[in-house]
Formats: sequence, structure tokens, C-alpha cells
Amino acid sequence: MPVPVPILKQSHYLIATIQSALNDADLLRLRDKLVDKVGSLRSKGVIVDVTALDVLDSFASRTVRDLAYMIRLRGAETVIVGIQPEVAFAMVQLGITMEDVATALDLEEGLAYLDRKTQHGKRAL
Amino acid sequence: MKIAKDQSLDIQETVPSSTAELLRQLVAHLRQNRTDLREEWARRITQAELLTAMDDEEIFAEATSVYDNYVEALETGTLEALQAYSRNLSERIIPRGVQTDEVVGIVLLLRDVLARSLFAKYQADFNLLNRILDAYEPAANRIANTVAVGFVQERERIIRQQQDAIRELSTPVLQVRERLLILPIIGVMDPQRARQLTEQLLRGIRANRARVVVIDITGVAAIDSHVANHLVQTVEASRLLGATVIVTGLSPEIAQTLVNIGVDLGKMNTVGDLQGGIEEAERLLGYKVVALTEATPQD
Repeated sequence: MPVPVPILKQSHYLIATIQSALNDADLLRLRDKLVDKVGSLRSKGVIVDVTALDVLDSFASRTVRDLAYMIRLRGAETVIVGIQPEVAFAMVQLGITMEDVATALDLEEGLAYLDRKTQHGKRAL
Repeated sequence: MKIAKDQSLDIQETVPSSTAELLRQLVAHLRQNRTDLREEWARRITQAELLTAMDDEEIFAEATSVYDNYVEALETGTLEALQAYSRNLSERIIPRGVQTDEVVGIVLLLRDVLARSLFAKYQADFNLLNRILDAYEPAANRIANTVAVGFVQERERIIRQQQDAIRELSTPVLQVRERLLILPIIGVMDPQRARQLTEQLLRGIRANRARVVVIDITGVAAIDSHVANHLVQTVEASRLLGATVIVTGLSPEIAQTLVNIGVDLGKMNTVGDLQGGIEEAERLLGYKVVALTEATPQD
């Protein structure tokens, strides 16, 4: 049973909130859906919220990195928010650093980051 | 007469046998010859070069109380008093630097001294000697065991206590501006402490919503490659939480270690001292510190 990830549109941004653990297929589906929507909705930025995840393994982080690259090719910026301290700790111990991907503490910080990056002054709440 | 082999010291439980009487005889002998045996023991301790951390007077004083407790344990057949004494003794001598092998050594020497004395006394009657030893040996072994274990347990307790104290010494993560945290590290960094600091920092970043962290290691003299890697990991993990880390106060030794290890310096944002680090952090956060011009009041 595929787990859908809700994707909200907030003016020029897309916000994908992962609410439970996703298997590999779900992750790929999410990636493809975001890349698609960025084009169809002409978004300038994407936030992927992983607050609810206890684990970010190497497949997930690779997929997230691919997602960011693909979205950039489609003309938008990606930022990952909500990585938990324990998850961050585990990731760096495994050598997963996700260096090329922007990260922020939470949704608010993620939106602020995208505002700076895309030079969109005002965002409607 | 059947002799019950007594494996425990609890002589009250056994069928009244000659073991109880033998032990009584034995204890009486040890009490009578207390002075000589204790001196012989102290002499042997010095000869074996044990308890070098203590002077002769101290050795004699401790020898006296160990002897008395030893004989009492033989007499009463219970170990509680001995265990309590053993813990007490350990508490006193561990800070003096007495080692486990010394404690085990002296107890075994006492066992030998007392056994020799029994050989001497009962040498005429080999059978009786055997029976006396049957009563003495298990008891003496239990005593040696109790004292040694008590000593080791006390050492472990002290080590745990010290570890807890060290952990509490760890400096808290401090917020000095909105979104700016400082983590000043002082003292010895071992992998365990480094890990604990990282966890503390990551929680602090989340709780304070920090965007910049200054980790100051002026107070750390040296680090090994494990800790250095841990530092790099801390920087990377902080970034995953959206915070930039500035490391300040690297000593020449630590700078050399990091270069030798081949740490990817591109990942480390470093500034010479804490002041510089805070100024850089403020700059990153968009703060500017401006001196207030003082207006002189006109009277």
C-alpha cells in the first residue's frame, strides 16, 4: 500500500511533509511527484519536512540529493528541514553528510532560507 | 568422629561437629599470638615491598585492624563485618594510591603467616593439623576473596563517581545572542565526552533555534584522531540542523594533529580566538556592533 506524502502549495513554494517512514518505492514516488509539480505549478522552492523520520538511511539521503539536483534543473531550490538531532548524529557517524543539499532547522527557517535564496521578499501566510 | 566438610562460614547451621571446636581453638591460638603474628605479617609485607605508598606506622596500624577483623571473621563465621571493614579500608587506602595487587598480596600473606603458625603448633599431630586446616582453609579463602572483591568494588564505585563528576563539569551550551550559541570546552576530551557534547549541542541547536554555533576549544590541550573526527562529525551534524559551526581556540598542537590526520579543513570553519569567533558569528547573523558615542551632560 503506497504511502502518500501530502504536498502543499504555499505561494511559490511546495511543502512536502513526510509523516511516517517511507520505503524505497515511496521515496522515489515522492521524488518524481515533486519534480513534476515544480514544473506544473511553476514553483521556485521546495521544502521537504522530515521531522517525523527517525531514520535517514543512505538510500533516503541519496534520493533526497537526487531530488534536489533534479529540482534545481527544473529551476527551483530545495531545502530539507526537521532532521532530528539523533538522526543527524546517526547520519554523520555513517558518513552520510548530504553536503550539497541545503538544510534548515524547521519549516520557518526553511521558508526564510528560500526567501533569501529566491529573493522573494514577501510570502503570504 | 565424622568431620563435616564445611564449605560455608556459617557454622551455626552445621551439625555440631569438631569443626566448630577446631575453629574456636584456632581463633584462640591466633588471639594469643596476636602480637608475634602481626609483627611477622608486617615484616613480610615490607619484605614483599607492598604498601609502598604507606609508611611503617600506617602499615602497622592497618595491619592491626585487618588482623583483628580477620580473626573475628574466622570466629563469628559471618562476613558482613568484614565486608564493611573492607569497604572502609578501601575508601581510606585507594586515595593513597594502593593497588589491587597490593591488597590481595597482603591478605594472602596474612593467610600464609597464620597457616605457618598452625603448622608449627600442630606439627606433632598430622591428623589434627589436617582437620584444623580443613576448618581454616575455606574460611581463609573466603576472607581473602571478600577483601579483594570489596577493594575492587570500591575502586569501581570511585571511578563511576569521578566519571559522573567529569560529566557534570561539561560546560552547558550557552546562548549569547539570538540564534547564537557558544560551547566552551575545557579539559580532557575523550571520545565519550565528545559524543556527549555533540548530543548536548544538537539538542541545544534545536531548543534555541540557533543558526550559528561557536565551539571554543582554547581549554583543550590535545586531541587524538578519534576526537578530531568527532569534532568534524559535530560540525556536519550541526549543519544538518541548519546551523553553521565556527571552531575557535585551536592550540598549535591541535592544529598540527588536524593537519596530520588529514581532516578536510574545507569542512571546518575556524577562527583564532573566541572573540574573533563571536565577531564572525555576529557578522553571519547580520549583527553589527557599534560603539555608542557618549554625550557629555551640560550642567
